[in-house]
Amino acid sequence: MIEIIPRNIFRFIVLVLIQVLILNNIEFSGYINPFLYVLFILLLPFETPAWLLLVSGFVLGLTVDLFMNTPGLHAAATVLMAFVRPFVLRIFAPRDGYEPGTFPRIFYYGVSWFFKYSALLIVIHHFFLFYLEVFRFTDFFSTFSRVILSSVFSIILVVLSQFVMFRK
Amino acid sequence: MRNLIRFLLKYYLVFLFLALEVVSLAIFFQRNEFQRAGILNATDRLKGAYHQKLGNLRSYLYLRELNRQLAEENIRLKNELGRAYESEEIFFYSVHDSVRGQSYYYTPARVINNTINKQRNYITLDKGRVDGIKEEDGVICPSGLVGVVYRVSPYFSTVLSVLNLDFRVSARMKKNNYYGSLFWDGLDYRFATLTEIPHHVDVLPGDTILTSGYSAIFPEGVMVGVVDKVSRKGGDFLEIRVRLATDFKNLVQVQVVTNLRKEERKSIENLSNSD
Repeated sequence: MIEIIPRNIFRFIVLVLIQVLILNNIEFSGYINPFLYVLFILLLPFETPAWLLLVSGFVLGLTVDLFMNTPGLHAAATVLMAFVRPFVLRIFAPRDGYEPGTFPRIFYYGVSWFFKYSALLIVIHHFFLFYLEVFRFTDFFSTFSRVILSSVFSIILVVLSQFVMFRK
Repeated sequence: MRNLIRFLLKYYLVFLFLALEVVSLAIFFQRNEFQRAGILNATDRLKGAYHQKLGNLRSYLYLRELNRQLAEENIRLKNELGRAYESEEIFFYSVHDSVRGQSYYYTPARVINNTINKQRNYITLDKGRVDGIKEEDGVICPSGLVGVVYRVSPYFSTVLSVLNLDFRVSARMKKNNYYGSLFWDGLDYRFATLTEIPHHVDVLPGDTILTSGYSAIFPEGVMVGVVDKVSRKGGDFLEIRVRLATDFKNLVQVQVVTNLRKEERKSIENLSNSD
């Protein structure tokens, strides 16, 4: 159980590096920028205390902000995502709850569960992120299309990464 | 008191959430020079080294495009030279006048990082203070306007791109010299908006927009773009959509324009304003 902490710290660093060094240089058609780093929050164990979720969301967002010249923006979105994660987990819980010793991954709960769980959280995160960045509701639909397009790409990356990271 | 503590303990998560959000949003909206400087310094080194490598690769890939742009610029400059020769007197005056001297200085620089998909886009250049670049210098490229130097470190500088909600520039119509304010609306990286041109002015799609030279940052007459669409909404002014001449998606080589007389001009303008 104790090895979970270094493993998560390692995952944190790798995800931030992938985000900053590779994904931020991808610009499909000037609209889409996938944010894979939220995978860190998605994969934290079920037993993570809620306050730790919030704090790690804040630290993760701020770290990404440092590299993207957007101080506070990603931090705010990731904290919101960390805050709603327990509620989302409760909504999609299997009938007899989550078994102890398991993690929120495809391997334990299947593709369909993981897809629903990550899609909802990623859309919440991206929605908040893009509207905060624009900070106005004129051009509502143009921002909305950016939210949806970027979410789709992030979700695809998150789900695919599961098959790369945990091969069984 | 005990009830208060019990209340706080019960909802501590919500309070923690709100506190973290407030901190994030405060950082986000503050956007002042100081914290930005501190944050950027912390990550400059890592990013600088990486972007230098990436920039090397990218500039190699874009060589063909770059050659084309340079050839175009050469042709344009030659044409202007030809025009200058016609009136020998003016030509002589502007080049050899030892009293007025040079007023703009150009430094070539390479783009090592550039974004177009945010609302506030910045460009990083591989030249910095040691190369003579100062804050608020203008940045142009062979095809048109690029932005304004925002922050300078010894070997790098960041540029507030035209594609940034905070960017404003004074621009004029080439054919009749009416001037207005040009800014980006955050939607499409190929278009910007020109306002403050009154309704009675005759503006047609295809008209050329140049910098006006009122800002002391850019020289007069730098290409900005061409009019794409003119719409007459409410209000006193036309809303003109301008197709930017610069293609921000394949920006490689730029020139930093230092106005050697900016201080003098600013001081005399301030003096007159305070009268």
